[in-house]
Amino acid sequence: MAQKKELQVAAIENGTAIDHIPSDQLFKVVSLLGIENLTTPVTIGYNLDSKKMGKKGIIKISDKFFDENEISRISLISPSVQLNIIRDYEVVEKQFVHLPNELLGIVKCNNPKCITNNEPMQTRFKVLDKNKGTLKCEYCELKIKKEEITLL
Amino acid sequence: MNSFVSIADLTKDDILHLVHRAEYFEHNPNLKTLEGKVCATLFFEPSTRTRLSFETAINRLGGRVIGFSDAATTSSSKGEILKDTIKMVSNYADVIIMRHYLEGAARYASEITPVPIINAGDGANQHPSQTMLDIYSIYKTQGKLDDLTITMVGDLKYGRTVHSLLNGMSHFNANFQFVAPEELKLPELYKQFLDEKGIRYAEYTEFSPEIINHSDILYMTRVQRERFADLMEYEKVKNVYVLTNSMLKNSKDNLRILHPLPRVNEIAYDVDENPKAYYFEQAKNGVYARQAIISEVIGVN
Repeated sequence: MAQKKELQVAAIENGTAIDHIPSDQLFKVVSLLGIENLTTPVTIGYNLDSKKMGKKGIIKISDKFFDENEISRISLISPSVQLNIIRDYEVVEKQFVHLPNELLGIVKCNNPKCITNNEPMQTRFKVLDKNKGTLKCEYCELKIKKEEITLL
Repeated sequence: MNSFVSIADLTKDDILHLVHRAEYFEHNPNLKTLEGKVCATLFFEPSTRTRLSFETAINRLGGRVIGFSDAATTSSSKGEILKDTIKMVSNYADVIIMRHYLEGAARYASEITPVPIINAGDGANQHPSQTMLDIYSIYKTQGKLDDLTITMVGDLKYGRTVHSLLNGMSHFNANFQFVAPEELKLPELYKQFLDEKGIRYAEYTEFSPEIINHSDILYMTRVQRERFADLMEYEKVKNVYVLTNSMLKNSKDNLRILHPLPRVNEIAYDVDENPKAYYFEQAKNGVYARQAIISEVIGVN
């Protein structure tokens, strides 16, 4: 007998479904993407069953497509995240988040004596290790581990 | 090379080129190659030693100097941002030599002006002209840069001259010995850097004659009281890393003792008369190294 498969979060016609978010990162992803400021319909699934991850989060956003810079913000906190681009109820494209080589104006430098914390200017970090998520401030040369990252 | 901001920006060839240029200026210290050039020395934080060295280098090449030696007398004390000061001075000068208390200030300045920037120290981050004079001193005293045993003693945790010298000498198959108290050991990140480059090093907490006897270069640094959370610890170690003349008895003939200065008590005064003491000449090499750096970024021979 075929198991009846029920969608845990309702389908959307057009937009972006962000899947495979670790449950404990879900609300961080919500705030990183500025979802609370959107005016289009959004459904958020929390603590859903996942074969791969145990528990996961899903965000479905109607009529919204993210650009490269917005996506790279998510990659900093949860690189496992997958974005499904949906048009007319079909997944037309799957995007996996990946860290770019350089992060502009996304991360705050942890060094209070860094020029970026004292001048009206954009921060710039070089990604040293994409797997470990270690960054280096291109100004004060401070190296930052993934756990220490503070977003602007 | 348009700007000179961090020693990590330099290739092995860049370093060798600057060393050979410094050697050239040592033989020809008084030239007119900067005649008609205006050089700005912007010292947002005072540093008499470094400023005098740069200004001597400029004067000996016939250049003119404008600038300030203390930010208290400038508009930055009125809240002017760095960008505005740099933009303004860029209208006047052919090169900007700057010392700033904030880390990354020189890199930022180099991005907002086409005028070459020379970093004369940005907070605890970089002081690359000091590193060039250290490397030139090593070259001059050893006749080469390759395959040397370099021993660094004292504050290896916060000492930026130590970190930059490590970086600069990493191109030359150095063998490092690090001597420091537990609190001031070389940070993990620098050890990772050495591991990645396959550079040999060993760490010691005891400053023993055997370590000295293996060394070609002994790079002494100051152990600063303010670096210790526990003053008892400071009292315990402050006299452990002091070099005395008797410790040099069986050292190699070619050993030279370097120190970025100012020294406090980490080198006993009886070492000064030893021909292996090189720290005062080392400071003199700073003028030649800086003549080389300034000429390079301005693009005059």
